[in-house]
Amino acid sequence: MLKQTEGSKAVAEAIGLCRPEVICAYPISPQTHIVEALGEMVKSGELAPCEFINVESEFAAMSVAIGASAAGARAYTATASQGLLFMAEAVYNASGLGLPIVMTVANRAIGAPINIWNDHSDSLSQRDSGWMQLFAETNQEAVDLHIQAFRLAEELSMPIMVCMDGFILTHAFERIDIPEQNQVDSYLPPFDPRQVLDPAEPVSIGAMVGPEAFMEVRYLAHAKQMQAIERIPQLAAEFKQVFGRDSGGLIRTYRIDDAETVIIAMGSVLGTIKDTVDEMREAGHKIGVLGIISYRPFPLDQVRAALKGCRRFLVLEKSLAVGMGGIVATDVRMAVSGTGLKGFTAIAGLGGRPITKASLHKLFRQAEVEALPPVTFLDLDWDVVNKQLERERQTRHSGPIAENVLHDKGIVSAKFG
Amino acid sequence: MGFQPVKFYQTGTFTVGNRLLAPIDRSLQSGQMRSNSINSGHRACQGCGEALGARYAIDAAVAGSDGQLIAANATGCLEVFSTPYPESSWQLPWIHSLFGNAAAVATGIAAAMKVKGKTDVRVVAQGGDGGTTDIGFGCLSGMFERNDDVLYICYDNEGYMNTGVQRSSATPPAARTATTMPVGPAPGNVFGQGKNVPEIAMAHGIPYVATATVADLRDLEYKVRKAMTMHGARYIHIFVPCPLGWGTASSDTIRMARLAKESGMFPVFEAEHGEVTGVLKIRRKVPVEDYLMPQKRFAHLFGKNPHPETVARLQTIADRNIRKYDLLNDEAN
Repeated sequence: MLKQTEGSKAVAEAIGLCRPEVICAYPISPQTHIVEALGEMVKSGELAPCEFINVESEFAAMSVAIGASAAGARAYTATASQGLLFMAEAVYNASGLGLPIVMTVANRAIGAPINIWNDHSDSLSQRDSGWMQLFAETNQEAVDLHIQAFRLAEELSMPIMVCMDGFILTHAFERIDIPEQNQVDSYLPPFDPRQVLDPAEPVSIGAMVGPEAFMEVRYLAHAKQMQAIERIPQLAAEFKQVFGRDSGGLIRTYRIDDAETVIIAMGSVLGTIKDTVDEMREAGHKIGVLGIISYRPFPLDQVRAALKGCRRFLVLEKSLAVGMGGIVATDVRMAVSGTGLKGFTAIAGLGGRPITKASLHKLFRQAEVEALPPVTFLDLDWDVVNKQLERERQTRHSGPIAENVLHDKGIVSAKFG
Repeated sequence: MGFQPVKFYQTGTFTVGNRLLAPIDRSLQSGQMRSNSINSGHRACQGCGEALGARYAIDAAVAGSDGQLIAANATGCLEVFSTPYPESSWQLPWIHSLFGNAAAVATGIAAAMKVKGKTDVRVVAQGGDGGTTDIGFGCLSGMFERNDDVLYICYDNEGYMNTGVQRSSATPPAARTATTMPVGPAPGNVFGQGKNVPEIAMAHGIPYVATATVADLRDLEYKVRKAMTMHGARYIHIFVPCPLGWGTASSDTIRMARLAKESGMFPVFEAEHGEVTGVLKIRRKVPVEDYLMPQKRFAHLFGKNPHPETVARLQTIADRNIRKYDLLNDEAN
């Protein structure tokens, strides 16, 4: 059913249609509206049987989900930013135990400096946690990915993060097709756990594992993600059969066929990138787009195949490996290693810095003529950066960095566009 | 000397035997029907108080739930010695997740049972004092506050024994641990304000809070079985001496637990909805020296350079417990 609704509300409705049995909630922007809506659905009896538990921290949220999932219940939670870091120990534990929990990550920056706006630092910090990570480009895709995520997670008995850009998607009102219950029921069978805590058949879960078996257990987690590489496109195809639209998959290409330059990105910024590419195409530029939906598992073969015909690529990412450069870019370079393709990295949009078409036009034109350094920081205010560096050279007691930068910027001087 | 009431040896005493008791008073542990929830063959140290306490408590909980019990376990000695992969001592469904989240994992299990309508299946969470009073305290308090249907059992051996005997918030003042060495002018652990988690549990107003020791088997079993007749958050704090960490003889585990109770250092009581409803009286009061001297972790208080003022401060703590919980037998006074 088509609805004009908020992204968070739509995701909450989608989760409700997936018949979760235990939902753990702890507030943190920008995911809060999702659990608020689910709490109301459970409280009113609209979503039943389901237990909604207001926990005391994100660490407890994931821990309750672990207990619920191990006891055979379909478990869901949502978080972002500092919340994801606070639950990190339990995040690794959930995947290590092979529990198919689905969690929304409403992507947001990590402090300090404290910042509530969007970038991808949070979920990318959990890159090696063993969770699969699927990135939604639109709110429609966020809705659809959650339904696919429960199916994939439970099939493989591994947890999945569905990542959607905080505020940009979670707080955007737009037209979204909310699936019908019978569609979801036909796509997503009831949870049939591989392992379950049951007094009728007692098992021990979470034993101490020494050097004799630890590597095998870890390899099997990797093997499951390799299986997911096969299953993700199949599940997206099945999804299309039931729901009638393309959603999900490993990657998505746009105007890439004769492209000499390919822009690679994840999440909602793909929309701005496509608009920019459309305008450049009209002006005769041979440029295309590769969107990565499945960040973990990372589809190395599919990325390599998609880039086969181009001459160069630019990875535009909302994340920074401090001391190195790009995070997504590293994976892309791994995918094309040996092909001789020229690659560039642009770090953009950290802490919610707007990524504008004007800046992208300039950046993409520089990429086309290969006039970029290996790593570019889009719209970085070099005056402010250099002023702080100079300050630190001049005086030992230069004070806190963020406050100096804010002072140099001036309170309302930051205008974008 | 006046009238001396005759007491049968096996009633109202510490013994495990059942021979002279009515069937209803007999301990589960000495009966043939005990479930052996933690089977033999595990790797606990000789004389381990925690292994004993867990066996008593979980067997009683299994009996109290007609065998429909699931356990969540914090990281620690109990977890490590009971499940060296691929072996497991546990005869009931059991999960270990992390050090600090046993209470929350148990909440999740209880929620799953509720949503699936398995109202007969009960949930117990267990951990040592580190996993309970320190790193798992947030999850524990959250579970209490929500009144989740979980019995949490803390096995208190007063330190991080699994990692090599470091101080926890349950370590008593003056005690030697690897991080509170008996050196300098004030050797051993500091005299802080302490952290009485049974009382903190009571402050949550939860249906049931109790303390127990491995020296009083019937009292321990009674409290676990009573807790299993109730719903909501329940907390039992069991005092379990650690021969390794305390420097006591393996054969003295029960004696040390008994002396802790008889000296007043560890008050044994139960409480419902935040109010004390019963205490286990001291049978024969002993000075704290009797409890402290057999333990190497307190050896620096005696010997060549004794610290009688420190012993006196510990006696003050015991006396305060005795006053506060009215631990002395009225008859004896």
